[in-house]
Amino acid sequence: MLRWILGGREAQGSLEKSSMLCIGEEQPKNWFTELQVLKGHFDIVRFLVQIDDFRCASAGDDGLVLVWNVETGERLQELRGHSQQITAMTTFTCDDGDTTHTSLLTASSDRSLSLWDPDTGNRVQTISDLQSSVKCLLVLERLCVFVSGGGELCVWNKDFQLQCHRPNHSDTGITALIELPKNCIAAAMDKEIVIYRLTVSTDSSISVAEVRCLSDHQDRIRALINVNDGLFASGSHAGELILWDAIEWNIMAYEHILWEESPACTHAEIRLAAPKPSEMSIQHLTTNGRHILAAVGSGLYVFSVLTKTVVAYRKAAHDSNVLHTMLLSDSELMSCSEDGSVRMWEIQDLPLSAEPASSGFFGMWTFGRANKPSAPPLKKVVDVPNIRMLELTGDLIGHSGAVQMFVSFRENGLVTCSTDHLLILWKNGERQSQLRSLALFQKLEENEGL
Amino acid sequence: MIGSPDVVAFTKEDDFGQADPDPWAIPEEFSVPLSPISDSNPWAKTSYAKFTKDFILISEFSEQVGPQPLLTIPEDPKVCGTFDLNYFSLRIMSVDYQASFVGHPPGSGYPRLSFVEDSRVVLGDSKEGAFAYVHHLTLYDLEARGFVRPFCMAYVSADERKIMLQFQELSLRFSQASECLKAGNRRAFAKELQRKLRDLEYTHSVLQREEGLQREAGTQRMYSAHAVEKANELANVEKSIYEHRDLLRQISSYNKRPRRDPQAVSCQRCINECLIECEQLIDKYAKLARPFSYNDKDETGQAIDAGGDEEGDDEGVKRRPSYTPQLIKAKSAKCFDKRLKTLPELCDVTFYDATVTLLKDTEKGFRGDLCYLHTQRLDKALRRKQRVTNFLFEEDLGDDDEEDERGTLRPFCAVNHAVDNDTPLNPPHIVLGTEPLVLDDLEPPDPLNPGHTSETEPGLVESHLESSPSDQTLETQGSSEGNKGSFSSDKSGLDLAEKQLNRAKSQAPDPDCELTNEPDMERESSSEDLETTAGDDDGDGTPVSLLEVVSELEASREDECEVITDGASDILIPLDSACCMAQEGFLYEASPAERTPCVGQSSNSQSPVVNQEPQALLPLQNDYTVGSPGSESPATGLELPVGLLGDAVSRTSLEEGSDCTMSASTGSDRAASPLGYGGVVTLRQRKKAGQGALKFVRQYPFAMQALWCLLSGRTLVVLGADEGRVRRLVSALALFVPAPGKCGERVQAWLSCPFTLTDLQRWKLIGLQRVASPVGSSMLYSLSRYSRYISILDVDQKTLRCPPYRGQLLANIADHRTSIRRGSTFFLHLQSTLCEMAAKAFLLTFTHHLHLPVSCTEGPEGVEGRRRCFLQGQLGLGHQDSQILLYLSQLVTQHYLQPATGGSAAATSFTFNYTTSVLYKI
Repeated sequence: MLRWILGGREAQGSLEKSSMLCIGEEQPKNWFTELQVLKGHFDIVRFLVQIDDFRCASAGDDGLVLVWNVETGERLQELRGHSQQITAMTTFTCDDGDTTHTSLLTASSDRSLSLWDPDTGNRVQTISDLQSSVKCLLVLERLCVFVSGGGELCVWNKDFQLQCHRPNHSDTGITALIELPKNCIAAAMDKEIVIYRLTVSTDSSISVAEVRCLSDHQDRIRALINVNDGLFASGSHAGELILWDAIEWNIMAYEHILWEESPACTHAEIRLAAPKPSEMSIQHLTTNGRHILAAVGSGLYVFSVLTKTVVAYRKAAHDSNVLHTMLLSDSELMSCSEDGSVRMWEIQDLPLSAEPASSGFFGMWTFGRANKPSAPPLKKVVDVPNIRMLELTGDLIGHSGAVQMFVSFRENGLVTCSTDHLLILWKNGERQSQLRSLALFQKLEENEGL
Repeated sequence: MIGSPDVVAFTKEDDFGQADPDPWAIPEEFSVPLSPISDSNPWAKTSYAKFTKDFILISEFSEQVGPQPLLTIPEDPKVCGTFDLNYFSLRIMSVDYQASFVGHPPGSGYPRLSFVEDSRVVLGDSKEGAFAYVHHLTLYDLEARGFVRPFCMAYVSADERKIMLQFQELSLRFSQASECLKAGNRRAFAKELQRKLRDLEYTHSVLQREEGLQREAGTQRMYSAHAVEKANELANVEKSIYEHRDLLRQISSYNKRPRRDPQAVSCQRCINECLIECEQLIDKYAKLARPFSYNDKDETGQAIDAGGDEEGDDEGVKRRPSYTPQLIKAKSAKCFDKRLKTLPELCDVTFYDATVTLLKDTEKGFRGDLCYLHTQRLDKALRRKQRVTNFLFEEDLGDDDEEDERGTLRPFCAVNHAVDNDTPLNPPHIVLGTEPLVLDDLEPPDPLNPGHTSETEPGLVESHLESSPSDQTLETQGSSEGNKGSFSSDKSGLDLAEKQLNRAKSQAPDPDCELTNEPDMERESSSEDLETTAGDDDGDGTPVSLLEVVSELEASREDECEVITDGASDILIPLDSACCMAQEGFLYEASPAERTPCVGQSSNSQSPVVNQEPQALLPLQNDYTVGSPGSESPATGLELPVGLLGDAVSRTSLEEGSDCTMSASTGSDRAASPLGYGGVVTLRQRKKAGQGALKFVRQYPFAMQALWCLLSGRTLVVLGADEGRVRRLVSALALFVPAPGKCGERVQAWLSCPFTLTDLQRWKLIGLQRVASPVGSSMLYSLSRYSRYISILDVDQKTLRCPPYRGQLLANIADHRTSIRRGSTFFLHLQSTLCEMAAKAFLLTFTHHLHLPVSCTEGPEGVEGRRRCFLQGQLGLGHQDSQILLYLSQLVTQHYLQPATGGSAAATSFTFNYTTSVLYKI
């Protein structure tokens, strides 16, 4: 198909191999019709944090933290201070009575922690020379403290005073932290989840004690999330997804995603990459309380919390590992991957006929083999009667490197960050043009005519 | 008087009046003047000129060798060809109206500097085929006879009409140049005076000393011959000192003198600086007066003698050790012995250089024939009207144009005292002869009822305009106080005009009145001078015709009988026209075309050409806010003058495209930098690109689709192996890139590495190298990866991959069966079409209810529907054609919202849509 461009047979082959699932150019449901490239970073951008309705902060391996105005694409602040890559970033909202002020909390490989004011760009607080670099941060707004995890677990108050700390007993350190009810926190350490309880004594000093160690995972825990008040979930490198009771810390559901497929269906993928553990590694988990979306290898997996069953899945959702996902609603989701694309999916009921997805979905380059990727859901119909399918509704192509993360600002747009040092702001072109028209007539009125 | 060959040439112009049967078919201010001799080759007239291009000649009437050319602009000797500059210098210098006055006026003790206003005349030499606007000026030189050196600057052209019709602007430009020269000259003169005064002072002191010694030595003896001689010498020096001091005072008072010349605007700061300098000098040398008085004796501590009446003062010498004064010989050198100062020396090199630069600019600005200048000006005038959308397809208008538009004139200043210098002044607008006005010549409007129909309006305006400036621009001599009556009109014999002059004088016996009217009479007399000179000079009967100076004068005078002028001081004396009817009528009839240039001066700052709205655009520009938002129907409230607009534009396009009248010399000569290298894209390049575009359109059947991509904002990648071919195609297609930026920033002519999304956001047209190597495959990867944002034109295989386009909007410009053969014609055709699109986009952008809800209950769908209805129903555009307009409208919006200062931190956004592409093949 592209031979006229490529001018060579081999090149054509490689290209078609890489574009395994391609929606093509006609994407009526994709409303991101405008983009803005935000430049400023000098290295991989790994973290995006939404500050408020129109601001977000980005951070990455260059140690820079940049604050952006999502509406205009302006760079508002440049927070310099870390000498090495940023390892964790979160917002820290502290309620001092009547006003709430949002600050940015960053941790870096230079073994420092910093608190920034995104309005002024000032570094409000900083602590350096920690014993180990912090890998994850958890803010407990209720207690107005935050917990840093890494080689050790530390609890800090908002003035950066160490409240208490617990040394670590595993080599890998804490990779994820979540808050649980009853002043408990769960920390993922290698294959275990350790539950700590924070006790606030009468003189408002805080102590932390290990309460329980859950070691049901067979492999390293890659993701740990809160599902709702009573549940939390964890995913491991081996594809185990465990749903836990948040109070009793019991296993509520256990799903081992193995991508069991018939050889006939997978031969296309096998040719690409031999099955590796990473193929079923749960890279990322996200939830909206009703569904859990797991990024498993290069596939997506939707798990219903209520029925504790699989709702839909697609093994080859991306050409490469999925790095970040999001549930936009019960039926819409979004994922980004190392292949540099962001894809939007819709959970659809299977068509009544056995006919798989029309070849129209698979653009001009791949329609020769269009029915192959759609084979797995077809097979699954036989196994699980309730299964629905994940249909690709649009993709965003812009980054030339892996898309690390994205943050949605709803109708204001979507920000993606990538290893190509760029951020891209995706917007609804129509809405933007409307806004610009509004601004135009405002300006016209101010200027009293042309 | 005027010899027969010229007369023949002029009377022929009568014929062309009938050429235009319907003067209102085209808005007259946008019509291109027809060639004066409609039945012959318009270039025939110039063919016998001995020079190829117009040029500027600077000549001097040297007191040693007579008239001599000093330099030409451009300096290329080829320009003048075999044209005899010496002879022509003689011609133009022999009509020196200024009659520079020399020597002591009666009743005044000291020599006077004559403050002479510049004179401006047009004269022609039909034998040489040369016509010239001649600007006379005088510069001061202490060593020159009468302290003045007459110079003249002439704009020499083979086309006499061009000169006549550009008279105002030429006059303006040359006045600027002249003011600049004179400003420099005054400084230099003051410096020279200073030096001379020092020398004199020194000489004086030395003489005094000698005299004193002599007197001491021979007190007993009576005055020896030697002593008498010394005393005389001393007296001479003293007198000389007084004289020079007086000169210094005079030169410093130069700027206080009221200027009659309205165009003589000079930089206020320069003037002030000069003034201060002079005043300091005067103060300094005012002391010199004291040594001659008795009480100074006490002051001079080191007086050598006693009892001397007058005493030298060496103080000045001591104060300034840096300068070694020289003894001045009592007798000045003979005038042929000394070397006269060159023009740069006379004017101070800075000022001289600035003047030359200014003149060079002037020469550049007037290149091309009349028609070209006219269309260029129309074009500019139109573009000025469309400031909001100009950035889309038009070249950038320079700063000077803005200046023009503001109606202020910045006095030219050699040392760049720029900003605070703006003098609100109405520069004359250039109006070229518009044919309809000829009607007035044929049937002169009823003097009793000047404004009876609309048809007479132009004539009315014209006469208004003409009467007041003509006496100013043709003013030949602003008088100094001392030289009244010194002009040499007496020798002009018994001409009719002389009678007029006498009559005028007799009519104005009052001295005040005489003063007021002086310019007129002087002009009158000087014109006589010219004619007589011409007659005297030319034994062979080839006269130097004093072209329309007279005729215009007469014409305006005639007009004055009908129209009451309002310039009180500048009013012409109503001469008895009957007495000179024969001559007047003759001249008048002979040059109807020259009558028409109505030169807007103070009375009317609005030139008809520049300021009248194109009729079709009027509703567009004014009604954008109206749009009657209350109406229910989605498309109502917009009585769009589509037809009108379309007509006007197509008419323009027809007119412009029908013939390509650009002569060979019309190209602008701005640096020809290749497109895409960051240089400003010039008109010449764009025209050249027009040829490429025409070729592209004729060669590729899918040209329309490619153009649609560019116009709807989809980046087009031109892929090819041959760099030259790709570059050529890119520069041709760059014509269609909306808002290409001042230097074509949105176009990348040649790229040999893979591009990224940032590049796509930046460039709308990319020339890409096809390489068969690993680099090539990564490039192709980027091509396929970003294929949704781009269209790919493969030059080697002649294919185009882009979304399908089936609209009609571009059929007009991308018709591969077009009958247009010439690139520049096609370029004009394109421009008119693109201009039309820009106008529609403007309308779309600024129509309120097409973007915003008219009531709070209305949702976005209503607005959307209304917009669609507007685009489809009223503009008659399909979906894909609408995309072009929507894109253009987006650009207009973004451009308008851009802060005026520019440089916003936010990145530009890049809009696209998701549509399938198809592959077009030949």
